[in-house]
Amino acid sequence: MARSNKPILWLPFAGGGLVAALITPVLILITGILVPLGVLHLSYETLAAFAHHPIGKLILFGAVALPAWHAAHRLRMTAHDLGLGGGIAVKAACYGTAGLVILASAVALIAI
Amino acid sequence: MSRRPYLRKVERSWWLQHPRYISYMIRELTSLFVGLYCVLLAVGLVRLSQGHSAWDGFVANLSSPLGISFQSICLVFAVYHSVTWFALTPKAMPLMVKGEPVPGIAIVGAHYVAWAVVSAVVLIGAGI
Amino acid sequence: MSEIIMLEVLRYHPETDSAPYFQRYTVPYQDDWVVLDALNHIKDHLDATLSYRWSCHMAVCGSCGMMINGEPKLSCHTFLRDYRGAVIRVEPLDHFPIERDLVIVMDSFMDKLSSVKPWLIPKQDKPPSAGEYLQSPAELGVFHQYTQCINCLLCYAACPQCGLNEDFVGPAALALAHRYNLDSRDGGKDARAEVVASNEGIWECTFVGACSEVCPKHVDPAAAIQQTKISASVDWLKDLLTPGGHR
Repeated sequence: MARSNKPILWLPFAGGGLVAALITPVLILITGILVPLGVLHLSYETLAAFAHHPIGKLILFGAVALPAWHAAHRLRMTAHDLGLGGGIAVKAACYGTAGLVILASAVALIAI
Repeated sequence: MSRRPYLRKVERSWWLQHPRYISYMIRELTSLFVGLYCVLLAVGLVRLSQGHSAWDGFVANLSSPLGISFQSICLVFAVYHSVTWFALTPKAMPLMVKGEPVPGIAIVGAHYVAWAVVSAVVLIGAGI
Repeated sequence: MSEIIMLEVLRYHPETDSAPYFQRYTVPYQDDWVVLDALNHIKDHLDATLSYRWSCHMAVCGSCGMMINGEPKLSCHTFLRDYRGAVIRVEPLDHFPIERDLVIVMDSFMDKLSSVKPWLIPKQDKPPSAGEYLQSPAELGVFHQYTQCINCLLCYAACPQCGLNEDFVGPAALALAHRYNLDSRDGGKDARAEVVASNEGIWECTFVGACSEVCPKHVDPAAAIQQTKISASVDWLKDLLTPGGHR
């Protein structure tokens, strides 16, 4: 028994949970309902301009990276609950996928 | 006197045995759809970085039947995540003001207000 | 012909049985009887071999925890009238080895409880001549609910993580650690953290919340654990940014 380093996984999980709760629903409303219905138009020019700005980059990154991490950590714990074990395969699948999502977002945002 | 303690095995289906645990699993499952939507967002950012026509293609896919049905399911689960997350906040962050505990409903209510404000800001920013 | 009710009780005799089995008993139904009264009737009149723990018969000692129709309950606090017309299935608490019949082996809990150092560790030692440790009602109010634990173990029976990992320190022990960590007279948070903030401590918890739902004393161990996750994370950050600084 020793103090765990779990906080390194748990803090972004907790932050991601709050970000997901506050921002993800309205984002899905926009991309999944309002844009298909034609109520909103996400023009390339507007979004690229937003993503070009450093604050815009940070907001977009936070809105993707934190909930992605939240999902990864939570699904890892749920896999254990479902009897799929807590081994390296589960951890790699969960955190690895989140890592790819986070990396892809970061690279894309830096490029814009 | 012989002791032979018997430990009953926990079945893999333990969570199906009681509505309380089924509820818990559904609550945890919300993170799957939040995560899948983040994959969609990441793809969107990549398409945005690839230029005008790549972005237009992404937006067109959002509006496809598969795009709409997938996102509708994500929306239901994302909202359920928000509702269950806010409900638990008073337990994780009890507040005392002038020696008296702040009622849980006030802490939950403050989160709903924040949710409404953030949603309004994003919608206005998106051009509603 | 007075009313009766049927109990289906788990039996296990380590000397003779390879596995537990169920035995049915018919007991008189009384409006004001609890399951414990039914068990006492069985023991006194029907089957003296039935083994079970009980003491106060008023939900303060924590001895009579059992699974009643699949739900962790105190048998002295569970009324027959809520099961009228149905068969009441009585089993020992989940997630603990069965010693005999309805008696569980609770040694693992006793070890886990003592491992979190559930006693006051004062910030500074004071001799009795220096007087009492003073505490205001407001300071008591901060941790009072966590003092109410009667160690009945219903929370361990309800917690799926206790079922999946027998090394998990568990809700009651962690709630009691929190009781002392919140006590204004106490300075032992770091001493407890070796166990409390270990992988088998708070980090095994996934906030199912079943523990708090079944607790007969409204201790709310789930809240205790989530609050500890936050304070342990803050301490972890402090250690990272100022090595050894906060201790």
